[in-house]
Amino acid sequence: MNFLNIINQLAEVDADVLDRLDSRRAVFSSLGTVAKRSAMAATPMLIASMFQKAYAGTNAGDPVEIFNYALTLELLENDFYNKVKASAFYTAAPAASQAAITQISKHEAAHVALLQKVITGIGGTPVTNVTFKASTFATLTSFAAQLQVAQLLEDTGVRAYKGRATDLQGIGDVTITGVGTINPLESALRIHSVEARHAAHIRIMRAQTPWISGSGDLDGADNYKGATPESNFTQAGYNLTTAGVITPGVTYSATDVAAAFDEILTKAEVTTLVTPLIGA
Amino acid sequence: MPTTFPSDASSRPATSDQPLLTPIKRRSFFMYAGATAGATALVLAGCSKSDSSPGTTDVGSGDFGVLNYAYALEQLEAAFYAQVLAGSYFTNLPAGSAEKQIFTDLALHEKIHADFLKTALGTNAIKALTPDFSSITFSDRLSVLNAAQAFEDLGVQAYNGAGRYITSADYLTLAGKIVSVEARHAALIRDLISYNSFVGPVTGATVTSNAVIDPSLTSATARMEQSKSPTVVLATANMFLAPGSKLTANSFM
Repeated sequence: MNFLNIINQLAEVDADVLDRLDSRRAVFSSLGTVAKRSAMAATPMLIASMFQKAYAGTNAGDPVEIFNYALTLELLENDFYNKVKASAFYTAAPAASQAAITQISKHEAAHVALLQKVITGIGGTPVTNVTFKASTFATLTSFAAQLQVAQLLEDTGVRAYKGRATDLQGIGDVTITGVGTINPLESALRIHSVEARHAAHIRIMRAQTPWISGSGDLDGADNYKGATPESNFTQAGYNLTTAGVITPGVTYSATDVAAAFDEILTKAEVTTLVTPLIGA
Repeated sequence: MPTTFPSDASSRPATSDQPLLTPIKRRSFFMYAGATAGATALVLAGCSKSDSSPGTTDVGSGDFGVLNYAYALEQLEAAFYAQVLAGSYFTNLPAGSAEKQIFTDLALHEKIHADFLKTALGTNAIKALTPDFSSITFSDRLSVLNAAQAFEDLGVQAYNGAGRYITSADYLTLAGKIVSVEARHAALIRDLISYNSFVGPVTGATVTSNAVIDPSLTSATARMEQSKSPTVVLATANMFLAPGSKLTANSFM
């Protein structure tokens, strides 16, 4: 296998391949060394793994862009909960509800701080000035109304992280000054599942099922629609509501199947949902 | 029309006859690059059987290995909830009670996960595992809830730790679709045991243990859910599997 030939052929069909490999090298400290070593030794396995890193995922995403996307959502959530905590409705809410909001708020603040460090650490500039529009917040004239928005934000956050996971696929560990060594995909997944726990708890506070079954009072909102809506019941080509398709003799309801799987939102879908909420 | 999982780069046979001169689209190049890794994975797959301890089942290697690992954990959860539904704690719950509905739903979700993964894995699926739930008292609410919490938290931590081993974008998305539902289950069970403990043991509004979420505000894993390696996860899972059904994940050490 001639390493340089492969590079050249790739460059013909994908002119930015060299840029991609190069800009990523700055990010993935380990990749640079691996690439050099494999160029010299021409070890097929290492070449393969290097290209998988460069092309992994559906979009071969730019980590700075992905983390800034996550940071935008976390900033929005963080500011939203800060506004909740500063409101009279929160002060009047039961102690257990206040404790839950405080807990969730702390997590969002920590996620913000971590993402800012990671973005800076990989040479990017963290987004700023993402706040929940005050005029919109003012329309939430009860704690219950605030919790409705909290549910939509959390469930949207879960879908948003899920939608970008593949863009972080195959990216090696990154050492961030002041943070430590992280695997970007693993970190995103670990935030993703915390957001899911938040979503579940907010839904429980609102006397909804903690999962999205389609029967909840907000489950018809646009936040649960999209190219792959939460009501989806087809996975990997199987219509799971077809009699006996996965379990002999059993027919699952669309509600149960939809509840058993959460679905993604694309970046464009999330942007459409959250942009109206962002402002001074 | 049902299909098996879309073919998988890491288990695709090496296509050494594919001419390099053919213009390569980005997507197809990715498959090509995976071919070499796939060949290696096949060799490893060949090894893993002989490396397994007697009486254990190895989940295998590559993406199918990760999916079988998920399938094994979903089997365990599905079997657990099936037994909950047969136990006197559940059967004595009043009809229409919240907990009766909750365990009915949890049992359904986990059965769907397990049977879906089994069907999609097809001939690549590991065998049906025999659980050993002798340490759980199915007549006792707290024993059932504590076990449910352990299984759900373990499931989330397992998916979080194994996602990085998946090379197919489709499979990673699929795992993502399941793990957040597991996290929702885990949060619910924790809230049933102690309200507001959805992210871990709390005193007031402060998480007091890193059992679920790292309580640090500054570390690399600040306020993130725990993530566990397959080795650590299986050490726990094997406590609930009968001799002959215990698992290894030798390719994901």
